[in-house]
Amino acid sequence: MLVSYQWLNQYVDLNGVTPEKLAEELTRGGIEVDVIHPLDQGVENVVTGVVKKVEPHPGADRLRVCTVDAGKEEPLNIVCGAPNVAEGQTVAVALPGARLPGGVKIKKTKLRGVPSEGMICSAQELGMPEKLLPKEQQEGILVLPAETGVGEDAKAVLGLEDVVLELDLTPNRSDCLSMWGVAYEVAALLDREVHLPVTEERMPVGKTKPVDVVLDAEEDCPFYATQVVEGIRLGESPRWMQNRLLAAGIRPINNVVDITNYVMLEYGQPLHAFDYDQVEDGEIVVRRGGTGETVTTLDGVTRACDDRTLLITDGTKPIGIAGVMGGENSEVKEGTTTVLIESAYFAPESIRRTARRLGLRSEASTRFEKGVDPERVIPALTRAVELMVQLAGGKVASPVTAERMGEIEDVIVELRHNRLTGVLGVQVEEKAVLDVFRRLRFPTEVNDGVYRVQVPSRRPDISIEVDLIEEVARLYGYDRIPTTLPWGQQSPGALTPEQRLRRVIRHSLRDAGFHEVINYSLTSPDRLRELEPVLYKEARPIRISMPMSDERKVLRTSLVPQLLETAEYNVHRREEGVSVFELARVFVTEEKKLTRQPEERWALAGLVTGATSPHWQKRNGAPDFFTVKGMLEWLFERLGVNGISFEAAQPEGYHPGRTARIKQDGRVIGVLGQVHPKTASAHDLDDTYVFELDLEPVTEAALNRVIRYETLPKHPDTTRDLALVVDEGIPVGELEKTIHSAGGELLQSVSLFDVFTGEQIGEGKKSVAFSLRYQAGDRTLTDEEVAEVHQNVIQRLEEKHGAVLRK
Amino acid sequence: MREKLESLKREAEEKIRAASDPEGLKELRVKYLGKKGEITSVLRGMKDLSPEERPVVGALANEVRNRLEEWIRAKESELEEARLQARLKRETVDVTLPGQPRPLGGVHPLNAVIEQIEDIFVGMGFEVAEGPEVETDYYNFEALNLPKDHPARDMQDSFYITPELLLRTQTSPVQVRSMQSKEGKVPVKIICPGKVYRRDDDDATHSHQFTQVEGLVVDRGIAMSELHGTLLAFAEQMFGEKLESRLRPSYFPFTEPSVEMDISCVQCGGSGCRMCKYSGWIEILGAGMVHPRVLERGGYDSERYTGFAFGMGPERIALLKYGIDDIRQFYTNDLRFLRQFQSV
Ligand SMILES: [Zn+2]
Repeated sequence: MLVSYQWLNQYVDLNGVTPEKLAEELTRGGIEVDVIHPLDQGVENVVTGVVKKVEPHPGADRLRVCTVDAGKEEPLNIVCGAPNVAEGQTVAVALPGARLPGGVKIKKTKLRGVPSEGMICSAQELGMPEKLLPKEQQEGILVLPAETGVGEDAKAVLGLEDVVLELDLTPNRSDCLSMWGVAYEVAALLDREVHLPVTEERMPVGKTKPVDVVLDAEEDCPFYATQVVEGIRLGESPRWMQNRLLAAGIRPINNVVDITNYVMLEYGQPLHAFDYDQVEDGEIVVRRGGTGETVTTLDGVTRACDDRTLLITDGTKPIGIAGVMGGENSEVKEGTTTVLIESAYFAPESIRRTARRLGLRSEASTRFEKGVDPERVIPALTRAVELMVQLAGGKVASPVTAERMGEIEDVIVELRHNRLTGVLGVQVEEKAVLDVFRRLRFPTEVNDGVYRVQVPSRRPDISIEVDLIEEVARLYGYDRIPTTLPWGQQSPGALTPEQRLRRVIRHSLRDAGFHEVINYSLTSPDRLRELEPVLYKEARPIRISMPMSDERKVLRTSLVPQLLETAEYNVHRREEGVSVFELARVFVTEEKKLTRQPEERWALAGLVTGATSPHWQKRNGAPDFFTVKGMLEWLFERLGVNGISFEAAQPEGYHPGRTARIKQDGRVIGVLGQVHPKTASAHDLDDTYVFELDLEPVTEAALNRVIRYETLPKHPDTTRDLALVVDEGIPVGELEKTIHSAGGELLQSVSLFDVFTGEQIGEGKKSVAFSLRYQAGDRTLTDEEVAEVHQNVIQRLEEKHGAVLRK
Repeated sequence: MREKLESLKREAEEKIRAASDPEGLKELRVKYLGKKGEITSVLRGMKDLSPEERPVVGALANEVRNRLEEWIRAKESELEEARLQARLKRETVDVTLPGQPRPLGGVHPLNAVIEQIEDIFVGMGFEVAEGPEVETDYYNFEALNLPKDHPARDMQDSFYITPELLLRTQTSPVQVRSMQSKEGKVPVKIICPGKVYRRDDDDATHSHQFTQVEGLVVDRGIAMSELHGTLLAFAEQMFGEKLESRLRPSYFPFTEPSVEMDISCVQCGGSGCRMCKYSGWIEILGAGMVHPRVLERGGYDSERYTGFAFGMGPERIALLKYGIDDIRQFYTNDLRFLRQFQSV
């Protein structure tokens, strides 16, 4: 809502309250003032004048030499380039020495050899909003009404000595979508009187053009009023009205339309004027549309109705879409002499639905959607009729014809004083509360600590006790509410074990040199397909019903694909090495069409590419599979997660020889691998390693770990090395498993210390060397005991893997 | 023999003094003191001496042996020391050369801010709750006093998946979920950090995905003054200084009275600067007393219990705290940006 300070000043005395102060008061009262627009953008020394003569410019086809009477002793010679300049026009003249918006200064000058003593201004040059001006004014000079005097200050004539406050209204304060509403609010805030114009003047009412109103959709339109004015002389509305419309951001059109808009701004009640001659039989039927029915609206677009579109018809044909836009067939245009003015209450839901469906939002629909004040339906109509008589030469041709369902009931809301002080935490006195209601002009009685408040229909946002508490709080002043801390039963605050663990994971990765990233949950299906899923293989990415772009279409089922993007982005910015991770939710469902909430599972993914930290001593080698695997093993150990194994896998998009499924106690919980060189190079990446874990089993294992003290060993251990030659294809992990199972209880640990291939080993073979540590808790092992177990290990390795002991 | 010993002593003394390395010294030890060494061979000639001379020469030989032993040991430690000194000299480094870098990572600044918020509220006795990001229309809107045709739904255009399921537009649905899971017990003191989504085009001040931290307190006799006190205590811990605060009326469908809280500008302290648009105040969060209808939906009798709720944006707090000027930076993951918060 755009509020003219000068206009408001007519309703509430703003003496001593600058626009800035007013903005501050409104904002502190809960109506945020977004911007303060001074309409006068530095215009000085611009006056009205009359163009006496227009002659061609001797040196330029497109310039004219004008003689202008600007109230000075001598007429001025002004060169003008506007196509619409003509003799007899009243115009705005910037005199030599004048200032225009943007710091422009006007001087006496010569244009193509002809002296020019000033400038005839366009509306834009005076700082008026271009988009609200009629087309001819956008392209040429501003032409003022003929009755404007000569030599007057153009700023006053154009209403530029004003300031407009732009209100950012919250949805509950639709009452401030009118100047009256703002006036009540400001009067309450400043504790001043409200002076609203009263239309009690009895106009002579003719009965030449009677109207009949039929409500066929009472739910959508419980109240419809209309009146007819004839003998209208269509033309421009007076300058003062145009100025106010412009200040409010509304384009002046003609006197009839301008009056409906002006009254809407005053009362908040949208009005519509139909050309009465197009309304057959003088009948108005308000009904719902039929499927397949169409209406061509004022903007020339033919719109399809559905069975919930509320239509204004003349009983035969639709002449408008209720509350949204009038029909082209009944438009007030040149030749119109009789108008039917509509003032109605349409159900907010109905208008909201239709406006949304048609994508049509107007000043009118905005107000109807929020609910207009039924008490103002008739007064607004009367006001408009009065203005049509006064400003458009009309005569009233019908009485007010109104159809109305039900009565408007008084709204009485009770407020308990102790509830008020309890909720606010401040001891407000009864007197102060009554004072607030007096300022709001809510008639109030108080009895035994209970206020009975009569809420006027202009404030539909107030219907329950807490609404009144808020009114008291904001007018009493939020700054008078003290600061205290909650008392009473205290609770121990804490993160849950899962939350703590997620932090440990993130912090551990940070300490391991990874940067945490946050990517969007929405991504493209193609990106997700780049790497074959290892987790949630059956998951179907969930689609958004109306995506904003192809890039943000589905909810991710894996975090890795976007890490490739992150790496690519950074490599393109000359980063040598990228080590990043993300811990976030992925969205898992197997449903094709979602009928319930999907599973949201926490996932952890990481990516490593390029050298980590080059140093002057030696270049750190680029990471390889084992760098990243080691980091993961380190993390699992850090978390106390056991039973992890890695098993070769060949998912698509990964290097077939350098990728593993990660298992925990036999269940797949993740993937680790090198991104396939083809996929990597598509992102301009060299060797790139990624991993992703389903955090749920990891968390569960970590939280179930048992930390229990064990007495330190009292008996020495014995170490035996073991070098084997086996087929190259046998995974070391398998050998280790065999060693563990054969070694039994006495085998404390196995560590691999050498793997190599070469001529001396033989084609297709590799040498593997382990160090085995034996120990018993209750005794010192004898050489014989160790030898026996160790021999058993060797024998099992020979049997199971064809291993040959190297001597 | 006596002369022989004397000359042996002189000769050895000279050679020991001249020895330049431990190997040479070892040879000298063998040469003079070894089993087949020269002193031994001199002693071997003792049998030719008279019985009177024997003890005298024997004593002399012993003395020579002891002296030689002493000199060799002294020389040994001298050489050892010299060698150590040489080694230390050799090992000297340029201490100004850079150290071997350890790769330095970092948590994301938004998560760092969320952790700080969590820690502050946990310290005040709050629990951290979580809720789904794919939310039902009921919890996201209806339970929060936003029926299907409510005009306030315009304020937040949403990503719907089906007519009943959408990406949550706020963390507020966790309010009703938390109350329901508390089953009427008090106090309810939770915060809920998380991702939220709105149909906004991404630009410097908008992001279709961003984060929020919701808070909720329900108990007997909770008043607005406590909302104010709790949030001011939070802000002072967050920004680490004494702050002024003010409440301004606002509107949220699920709280009433609703407020926005401003704090004195953390950059200029209230005197006015670009960050606070020369007002001296900075808006940091929205809050209010829980609407009775929302309490009822959560299973709490609104006559017996009251509560307050608040919602804040970690992005905004990070912008204020670190002077970041473009919200997209949080989601671009430019390492040059992320590295600036390594030490947070
Ligand atoms: Zn400031």
